[in-house]
Amino acid sequence: MSSITQTTPAPASVRQYRDYDQPLWKRVLLTREMAIIALLIVVVIVASMTVRGFGQPITLTYLILDVTPILLIALPMTLIMITGEIDLSVASIVGLSSVITGVLTHGGMPFEIAALIALLVGGVGGAINGFLVTVVGLPSLAVTIGTLALFRGLAVGLLGTTAVTDFPEFWTDLAKAKLGATGIPLVIIPFLVLLAIFAVVLHFTPFGRGIYAIGLSKETAAFSGVDVGRTKFILFVLAGLVSALAGIYYTLRFGSARGDNATGMELQVIAAVVLGGVSVFGGRGALHGVIAGVLLIGVLASALRLANVTSDVINIITGALLVISVVSSSFLAWLRTRRQAPGGKPRVEVSTAG
Amino acid sequence: MSTATTTPTPTSNVTRRLSAIGKARELGILLALVIVVIAATAANPNFLFSADGWRDLLLTPSILVLVAVGQAIVLITRNVDLSVGSVLGLTAYLTGRLFIDLPGIPIIAVFVIAIAFGGVLGLINGALVAFAKVPAMVITLGTLYAYRGINVLWTGSDRINASDLPKSFLALGTEQFLTIPILTIIALVVLIIAGWYMKNTRGGREFYAIGSDPAAAELYGLRVTRRLLTAFVLSGALAGLGGVLYAARYGTINSQAGSGWELDAVGAAVIGGVAIVGGVGSVWGAAIGAVLLLTINRALPILGIPDFWQRAVVGVLIIGAIVLDRVLAVRQKRKLIEARDDS
Repeated sequence: MSSITQTTPAPASVRQYRDYDQPLWKRVLLTREMAIIALLIVVVIVASMTVRGFGQPITLTYLILDVTPILLIALPMTLIMITGEIDLSVASIVGLSSVITGVLTHGGMPFEIAALIALLVGGVGGAINGFLVTVVGLPSLAVTIGTLALFRGLAVGLLGTTAVTDFPEFWTDLAKAKLGATGIPLVIIPFLVLLAIFAVVLHFTPFGRGIYAIGLSKETAAFSGVDVGRTKFILFVLAGLVSALAGIYYTLRFGSARGDNATGMELQVIAAVVLGGVSVFGGRGALHGVIAGVLLIGVLASALRLANVTSDVINIITGALLVISVVSSSFLAWLRTRRQAPGGKPRVEVSTAG
Repeated sequence: MSTATTTPTPTSNVTRRLSAIGKARELGILLALVIVVIAATAANPNFLFSADGWRDLLLTPSILVLVAVGQAIVLITRNVDLSVGSVLGLTAYLTGRLFIDLPGIPIIAVFVIAIAFGGVLGLINGALVAFAKVPAMVITLGTLYAYRGINVLWTGSDRINASDLPKSFLALGTEQFLTIPILTIIALVVLIIAGWYMKNTRGGREFYAIGSDPAAAELYGLRVTRRLLTAFVLSGALAGLGGVLYAARYGTINSQAGSGWELDAVGAAVIGGVAIVGGVGSVWGAAIGAVLLLTINRALPILGIPDFWQRAVVGVLIIGAIVLDRVLAVRQKRKLIEARDDS
């Protein structure tokens, strides 16, 4: 009998990285990420057929211009959330870097140097988060609620209710420039470069595997030689840097540096990342799903706006989509266990034991 | 699985010491609040010693106190309710609509309906969290959007003005009893009941047990699902009560009422010593945190700091509070280990 108990499936609390019992095609196609990508494709097709003007290049242009900051920030946020942490301060860093760029440019500094300093400030902001989470050992949710208020407060405090709008035309034009007649904005190129870097780091390097390992079990990761603190610290700094980059882009795109720029964007980013299949408990998720998640929300918003649906119904849809997507996956998991084992108990694999 | 044993832990000792820290933490925040009030009063005596100053000091934080108490209960169970701002906005608008659509409706009925409505919204959160076993952060992030969206859809560009509401109802928001605003009395009564419930009843203690170790609570046979539902219903109902009072206090309600309050509520609880990882803190702390948060806002301009810097100060406060919490916890742990090694 003791041999039977040894083959009892692991309890539900033990999360598995991948289910290697399944054939390859099942592992690749039947994933959360693929479901989101499929949904995205369906929405795009339905929208192009039913919503007038959705297929126009100009729609694509604005769609990409609008989602770029969220796409950017989603990259480091994905990595942070896979480790089981979270960063709520990203949108405040967007605002802070926007204000710093504005104040310094307004004070006579060349835009390029001001933007570099803003980038640096973003990195320092991320380092503060990383320090408090990894060295002091505080929960990231609490830390980044604090720095959310702190960074936003600095941004609003520095500029008050005024806005800086005098930026070099070269840069503001560049932020909106298109690739020839395609309607695809130029900003897609730096984003794709960053995406490639993040994808390679997350999915093809020991550092990336360490990120998953931390999310699955911090202790096991540490015993396996992953420097948990250093990894998390680097990720928070990266989040700060990328958020600052998004802030500079945001400033140029709207030609305006304001303290309240991108308020509330942290929730949009997290909603998109969770929709894309990243677990807030950590340990699972992939960048292609997250990109699809961001685009799905963006496409829905864009299509509904064109269909004259008030921009706020989009909120209901975003929220409902988020809830349904997470609840349905746990419902499916529940169904699977029910099917395997009537009575709700995990099936005991007697065959291998006998 | 049958061999799962519970290792004996010095539970009574730990909880006693933890509650001692909790008391110290609330005292620290209370001290900070007193210092802020004294400093602001020293800079301008009107801050405390004018009729308006005294009233504002008590009135301004009252609604956030209610929401923060609900948030604290949810946080203690190791969950979070990010939808409270949206629930508050929705019930505030519902309050206005009730008075407009049903002229002559008794005020008490409006209170009951709004609180029940808030409770139902909380129940939806709780049910999704408890039955689908999905993290509360994701669920309530989703309902934050969904409830706000419903609010905007329902409100549209409409807006409820003070002239739409009965005078007797608006009086609730401004009237005083022995110089204490009625809103403050309501908040205090709720706070006392919640504080008593959390400390002295079995149900209240079970929130702490669940937050300290959900798996152990389940093994021990606590009705975790029911407790979680209760926590979210309480949070929703208190946000609903907050919504009615919001309508009474401000008179004008648009579709954005209460947006952003979720972070203030969580921030207030965290400042007040409620640990985000569950099991630690009290509703008293959360309430004092809420008062401190909003009092600072009014004190800053008096102290010569433009109130643009308010959020920065709040941020430093939140970080300071959790760092202090951590330092105390680490010291406590070291002491406990020393005590164990000595014996």
